Parts: sequence; structure tokens; C-alpha cells
Amino acid sequence: MDDLKLSRRIFLRSSGHAAAAVGTVGATLVSGQAQAASAAGGTAITLNYPKQGVGKAADMPVNRAVSFTYPDASAPCVAIRMGASVPGGVGPNQDIVAYSILCTHMGCPFQYDTASKVFKCGCHFSMFDAEHAGQMVCGQATEDLPRVLLEYDARTDAVRAVGVDGLIYGRQANVL
Amino acid sequence: MSTTMKDRIALPPQGAQRTNMTCHFCIVGCGYHVYKWDANTEGGRPANQNALGIDFTRQVPPMAITMTKAMTNTITDPGGKRWNIMIMPDKACTVNSGLSSTRGGKMASYMYTSDGIGRERLKSPRMFRGDQWLDTSWTQALAIYAGLTKKILDNDGPNGVLFDCFDHGGAGGGFENTWATGKLMFSAIQTPMVRIHNRPAYNSECHATREMGVGELNNSYEDAQLADCIIATGCNPYETQSNYFLNHWMPNLSGGTVDKKKKWFPGDSVAAARVIVVDPRRSATVGICEQIAGKDNVLHLDIEPGSDTALFNTLLTYVVDQGWHDKDFIGKHTKNFDEAMKLNRMSLEDGAKATGLPVASIRQAAEWAYKPKASGHRPRTFHPYEKGIIWGNDNYVIQSALVSLVLATHNVGRRGTGVCRMGGHQEGYTRPPYPGDKKIYIDQEVIQGRGLMYTLWGTNPFQTTLNAEQHRLVLHRRANIVNEAVARARGASTEQLIEVIYDACKNKGGLFVAAMNLYPTTIAEESHLMLPAAHPGEMNLTSMNGERRLRLSERFMDPPGAAKPDCLIAADIANTLKALYLKDGKADMARRFEGFDWKTEEDAFNDGFRRAGRPGAPPIDSQGGDTGYLATYELLRKAGNNGVQLPIREFKDGKLHGTEILYADYKFDTRDGRAEFKPAPWNGLPQPVAAQKAKHKFWINAGRSNEVWQTAYHDQYNSLVRDRIPLAYLEMNPKDSKQLGVSPGDVIEIWNDHGSTYAMAYPMKALKPGQTFMLFGYVKGVHGDLVTPWVDRNVIPYYKGTWASIQRVGNMDEWQRTISYKNKRFA
Repeated sequence: MDDLKLSRRIFLRSSGHAAAAVGTVGATLVSGQAQAASAAGGTAITLNYPKQGVGKAADMPVNRAVSFTYPDASAPCVAIRMGASVPGGVGPNQDIVAYSILCTHMGCPFQYDTASKVFKCGCHFSMFDAEHAGQMVCGQATEDLPRVLLEYDARTDAVRAVGVDGLIYGRQANVL
Repeated sequence: MSTTMKDRIALPPQGAQRTNMTCHFCIVGCGYHVYKWDANTEGGRPANQNALGIDFTRQVPPMAITMTKAMTNTITDPGGKRWNIMIMPDKACTVNSGLSSTRGGKMASYMYTSDGIGRERLKSPRMFRGDQWLDTSWTQALAIYAGLTKKILDNDGPNGVLFDCFDHGGAGGGFENTWATGKLMFSAIQTPMVRIHNRPAYNSECHATREMGVGELNNSYEDAQLADCIIATGCNPYETQSNYFLNHWMPNLSGGTVDKKKKWFPGDSVAAARVIVVDPRRSATVGICEQIAGKDNVLHLDIEPGSDTALFNTLLTYVVDQGWHDKDFIGKHTKNFDEAMKLNRMSLEDGAKATGLPVASIRQAAEWAYKPKASGHRPRTFHPYEKGIIWGNDNYVIQSALVSLVLATHNVGRRGTGVCRMGGHQEGYTRPPYPGDKKIYIDQEVIQGRGLMYTLWGTNPFQTTLNAEQHRLVLHRRANIVNEAVARARGASTEQLIEVIYDACKNKGGLFVAAMNLYPTTIAEESHLMLPAAHPGEMNLTSMNGERRLRLSERFMDPPGAAKPDCLIAADIANTLKALYLKDGKADMARRFEGFDWKTEEDAFNDGFRRAGRPGAPPIDSQGGDTGYLATYELLRKAGNNGVQLPIREFKDGKLHGTEILYADYKFDTRDGRAEFKPAPWNGLPQPVAAQKAKHKFWINAGRSNEVWQTAYHDQYNSLVRDRIPLAYLEMNPKDSKQLGVSPGDVIEIWNDHGSTYAMAYPMKALKPGQTFMLFGYVKGVHGDLVTPWVDRNVIPYYKGTWASIQRVGNMDEWQRTISYKNKRFA
């Protein structure tokens, strides 16, 4: 897993027009380097999540959304090194967090606003705080952002995704 | 409770029971479907294996659904059988077209389960004895309630029996329940001592517009798609009428309805709508409108608080001076134009001075909203408004000024226009006439020691009234007199207990307080008897939304324990009183309590809503009008989530046909059918409000938040809301917070001459220095404590007219660590 490269970054358009934003991300997803989900037992209470490298902490630029897909190729996520310790953060500074970037309201992909460190949805204007465990700041969702659960290996500096806390938009279960 | 598995949910299988549900909460009334099925089964992921018909074997694309954990629950029926439920927005409902708001999306979570968000629901009547609330039987509770009512009626007359009662639709309301409570209060008990849920007298929030012949819900939501310009005053629809905004305003602001306008209005110049937001505060709606329409198409008129009347009078004057008013319409269909113009006239310069706006902004607003279009047609301008006017600086005067401007420019009765309140709750009014000829300020009656018994029916004046601190302090003292008397009545029979309570109220200054509610709520702190009520889904319930759309929410589960619909509680009370009077040999009094022999809520609907217009039926006040009787549960069930827009025009081809907009026929609701202009000279601030402004530095504006419904009666148990808002927040400018030494999440005290309360500081640049915004009606931190007792001529409060001082109290590490204090404005 150590040899996995960082997936390419998603720079979402700042446009408020939903269709445009969706189109941009849709194209990115297709070309994303995703680790296919391992076979999952669909009826278990605890889903069988794959373990997947996200990257090395030292390689993650501060406050930049690093895109990857998890737990499968059609689930876009980002990891962000916030630059200071945050609730749920991992890594040497406990500042690395990762989220599904599909709005929990209706699944539109977010833009990440680096100035406020907030995810913004251009479809119905919901906002989620990257520094506070994906808490909804304002919006029409009924759930905070699903957090990608991360593990950090201090020996190799590797950050790995090991699960998702919260239901990803558009799924009956997080593991297809 | 909702599933504890956070990363999967159970799908409804094909064949799951599906019933209609109009959202419990805001006025918009989005359509939802309730799926209910055996808890031990679930639908499969392939589209043909689940009731939603959606393929979950792969990632569902954006915008296809909203389906979250909050929309599911597992309930248990009285026989112990468990059922899964899922409450999903209805794509075929014209109101929301499948959109779900943060409030409606949580309905399933709020349905009762013994370990869920609703676990604190009242399941049986409760009496306060000693220092505890204790469960008791309906028989004892009704005997005490009815016995005390009878005692007061017999000895003191109906004026000793006070009520604070809902009058709306949705949860805690509905035509069934407003009728039953109205019939009990007005026809049976015959008391005029009644206030309505959020205001201190029995009054309307829209007296002026109604007197002018213009009912306040006069268009369809579709008209917001068709307007050339929307001039929105004192409303914040993104947060408080979310799906009306997202499904009807947004497409118009983005140009998505231009083709529709071309088709509907051939020859008219058409374009994406422009929007003018009149609000001292840069609300969430302002920034989101800019995001959708572009800044050039949004004009934010950030007037000085309380200066709305000056703005409307200035616009009216400018429009008339430019000759943009509709002289033909004014001449043929209105009256008193010249009289109003004499008193309402206000120059651009005077208007600018009063409102604090640049002259150019007022002129620009007039041009956008009223200047004839390139095609020569008069613009279709929609004038929505809400609490900025309703709880504003003299509700009556502002409405008079606004509707005069609307009439002069003929912006009512045409498609794409309207002058409408946006609304809070859904509506659902049908009651016998109020048995009084004046408006009685009930809060002051309570404060001055009058009344012997006070019933708070689905309301919470502790969190939502004005001058709330004094009101609560007096209630506390008076309620405690009864508590002490009851505590001494050890071993008393029900009859003896009634004597003890009556004596404490009549001779010692006490007040017996009863409450009908879903939950104990904060009113349990000062009450003596609680009766458990039900909400939609546990009963069949009809309401209408802000475009008069009548729907039936269908019962799909039982209320918890012995809880029952409000209409049947009212019937139980009436029937108990009737029996007491018959036993007493007072047949004339017993007759007043007849007509409540209902078995179901449908009986109450048939008795009330379907009464108006029937031959021989006495007049009632009903939003169904004289054709309400055409609606039946069976037809409404068939009409589904699109229902029918009141008034019903006819029953034809097996279905009900309604009315999309009012006054298209130029017949206004006055005796002669002409709409009436009303003089509304600019009034300035009322003296008690001006006095607080002079003494205290901060304007304490208040209102609703997107995520919190009403008094947080459900939300206070939902971690998504409660953990984020442990105390009402107060948004303030960062310069002000810095000057006060206040950090985000600090506890602050806000006080003035009327009261004091705490709030959680939330600095945000969108607030102007000196201006703040506090969450209204919350369970912790009551804005009403700071509101002056001043009311307008119809006893309507000026909640927005609140000035106070602020000081830091201390910091809360936990709140600062766990709560986001990010800017809530999208742009």
C-alpha cells in the first residue's frame, strides 16, 4: 500500500451552477485512480471496508484538498491536512482529515473553500466545516459529512483510509 | 430510534405500505411519502427490488434523491410488532418536486420510539404532585380539568377561563384540531379570554391587508417562477421557507423559467427575475440570491430597523410622480387612493433620511419593480413579506403602506404578482366566531392577576411571548400558590381537590395551568396538568400551505401510550363537562357542550371544515370558505400530495378543482368588491422602543434558523441541533465582539429594562456593527425576555424592536472545541 500515489486533486469550480459543478467532478471521477472495493458482505452490520493508502503525511500540502476515491471508484473523497490539530485528525500533527465530497443532501460534489476551510455545495447551498468533523454550518442536509476514518503509520508516514463514518450520498450502504 | 448503523439503511421493499404526508413543519408544506414495512425485511438494491424504484447496485447520481438516516426509523405498534419507516420527499408534488429540507428530512426521526429522539413524549396525562410530575389516568385528568372549568363557569363565568391556543396547520394544528378547540372555547365555554400561539391576544397577523380587501395568501408558488421582480421584505426564505425558495424562486432568478414566461405572457419583455431584499440584516437569502442571479440583479435595501413604512411610502410617491401607477385599475377596482396619497406622500430625500438608504438605491428599486418594461407592459412584481413586517414597527401601518403600493401598481390578481405573507406554520383555521368584540391583551391579564385557569394548548409562551420575563415570573408565583395548596391536600378526593385548587385561584391569587402538548416542554416548569397530544402520522390531519393548498396527511401509526389527537382531547373535555352538567340538572349548560360525539378526527373535520356553506349552518370562520364542504377525506386521499388549492371551485370528473390565484376577477374582499387604499403616514419608533434604543447600544434582531423548528420541541432532543446550539446564538459583528472581549462560543448576557437572558456569541461579518441577530423562541436563551410590552392597535407585538446591552459572562471550552463558528453566509 505504501507505493500508492496521491490521487489527482479535484479543483471544483467556484461556480454556483449545479450542473456545471457536477459535470466537472463527474469527469474527474472517471479518471480517478481508485482502489476497487474488496468484496463485501452486504448484510453485515459492520461493513467490510478496504484498507487503502491515501498518501504520506509529509507529502500533503497544508489546506489543499487531495482527492481520492473510497471505498470504491465511484465515491469521491478528499483528504486535507488542516495545518493544526482538529477533532478526529490523524498524522504527526493530528491535523489530517478526510471526507466524502458528495453533499449528504442531494449528492452534489462540493467545492472546498480554502479561505474558510468549509465545503460548499452549489446546488442547494449547504456548507460543512472541514475543521469540525464535517459539521453542517448551514444548509438543507440532515447529516454532517461522512468522515473517512483514517489510520496513520508513524514508521512509514503513511495515511490509510479504513472506513467511513456516516452514509455516503446515493447509497443504501457505503460498500457497494 | 434511528438505526445505529451509520453507514447503511434499510430500503423499503416493493409492496411496502405508502401513504401521503405533508411536512409537519413550515408553511411550505412539502409533500412526502411514508413507507412502512415489516422491520425484519428490507428491499433489495436492484431497482426492481425496492419500493423507490432506484438502482442502488451502483452510485446514485447527484440530484436523484435525498435519502438519509434521519429519514428512517423503526417503530413498534401496540401489539409489539416492529415496523421500519422511511419518509421520502415526493417528486410529483408541485410544491417541492422531490426536494427535502433540513427540517422535513428529519420527520421520520421524530416519530415516537421508546429510545429515540421522541422518547420524552407524553404518553399519559400527568399531574404535578409534591415536587414531581406523576402519570395519571385520563379519567382523573379529565375529571379535574372539566370539574375546575365547571366550577369557574358556574361561579365566575367564562372570563375566568383563559386559553393560549394554536390556530395554525401542520403539527400542533390542522383543521380538525383548530375546529375542535375553537368549538370548545368559543361555542361551549364561550370565553373571549384567548390568545393565539405566538401573540398575546386573539388577533390576526394581517388585519390591515384583510381590511383592504386583500387576503394575505393570494398567489401560487408558481407565481414566484413568473415574476419579473421579487421585492422581499423582512423574510429570509432560504432558511425559513427553504423549498419554496429553492424550487420556485431559484429557477426564476437563474433564468430557468424564461421560456415559461414567454409562453404565458406573449409579447411581454421577459428575462430572469431581479430581486430586491428589504432587510436591515444581510440574511442568508441575500448572499444566495447573489450567487444565483449575480450581484447586478440583486438589490439589498438594508434599511434602518423599523423604517419599512417610510420606504414603501417613498416608493409609492416616486411611482405616482413618474406616472407608473395603474390609473385604470385604481379607478375601476379600488377606493381611497387620493386620501392615502395625501398622507403617505414622502419625498425621495425624506425617505432616504428615514431609511438610511441612498436616494439612488430607492430610485433603482422603483425602476426594477415598477417602471414599465421595454415592451410597455407593467412589470409583474411579487411582494412577499414575513416577520420583519408582522413583528415590525406597527404591523398595521406597515401593511397599510405596503399593500397601498401594491394596489397602486396593480401587483395582485395577475400571474407573476401577489402580495403575500411567507408564513411560519402551515395554515388550518376553521372556528366558530370569536365571542368578543375587542382584543384582550391576555399576557397583561395574567400579569395583573386575573383569570383562574389557564390552558396552554400546543403553545409555549415561555419561549415565544413578549415581555416574557415578567410574564414567567408572575406565572411562576401564581402557579406556585396552587402547588402549595395541592401539596397540603393529602388524600383528597377529586371533588375535594377541585375545591382546593379553586380556592387557591379564587381567594389566594393562584392560577391553575394545564397544557396539551407532545412533550412536557419548558411550560412544565409552571403547570399542574399535562395532557398528551398526537401529531400528523399518528392522526389524519388536514392543513393548507402558503398557496392555500389543502392536503391530508394520513395516519400510519398509533400515538404513543394513551396520547390522542387534540380534537379528541377537546371532545373528551366537552363530553365530560356535558355529563357533569347533566348530573347537576343543568340541561341548558349541558346543551352548550353537545356536538362532540366524535370517534375519529374525520368526524371533527366533517363537523367543522365541512360545515361552512351548508344550508342552515351558522356562520363560521373557515379558510375553506363556503365550498369547504366539497372536500372529503376520501377525495383528499385521492388528491395526494398535490391536494387542492382553496377555495374549491367545483367537484367535477371525480376530483376537486381549486383556485390558483385570488382576485383575478377583480372582486376584492370588501363589501363593494373594491380594494381599499389605507393611509399610513410614517410613524417613527414607538416611545417604549425608542427609550430602549436610546439607553442600550445593540439592536437585538431575532428570528428563525434553518435548522431549528419553532420552539425546538423535537430538536432539543436531536444531537444534530442540540449539540450545535446548546444555547440560543447571538450573531454579532466581530468588531463589537472584540470590543466586548467576547470570543466565539462565549456565554454573554443580554439585558435591558425589561429583562435579561444569556446567549452563545457567534461573531460574523455579515452583521453590521451595533446590530445583532438572536435565535428566536429557543429552549435555552429567550429573546422574548428583552422585548418591550408595546403592542400595536391590534395587540400585535414589536418583537423586532428590541435594543439591549451585552456583556461577556464566560467561556465554554466544550462549545469552543466542538461547535463550528464558521460564517453561515454562503456568499
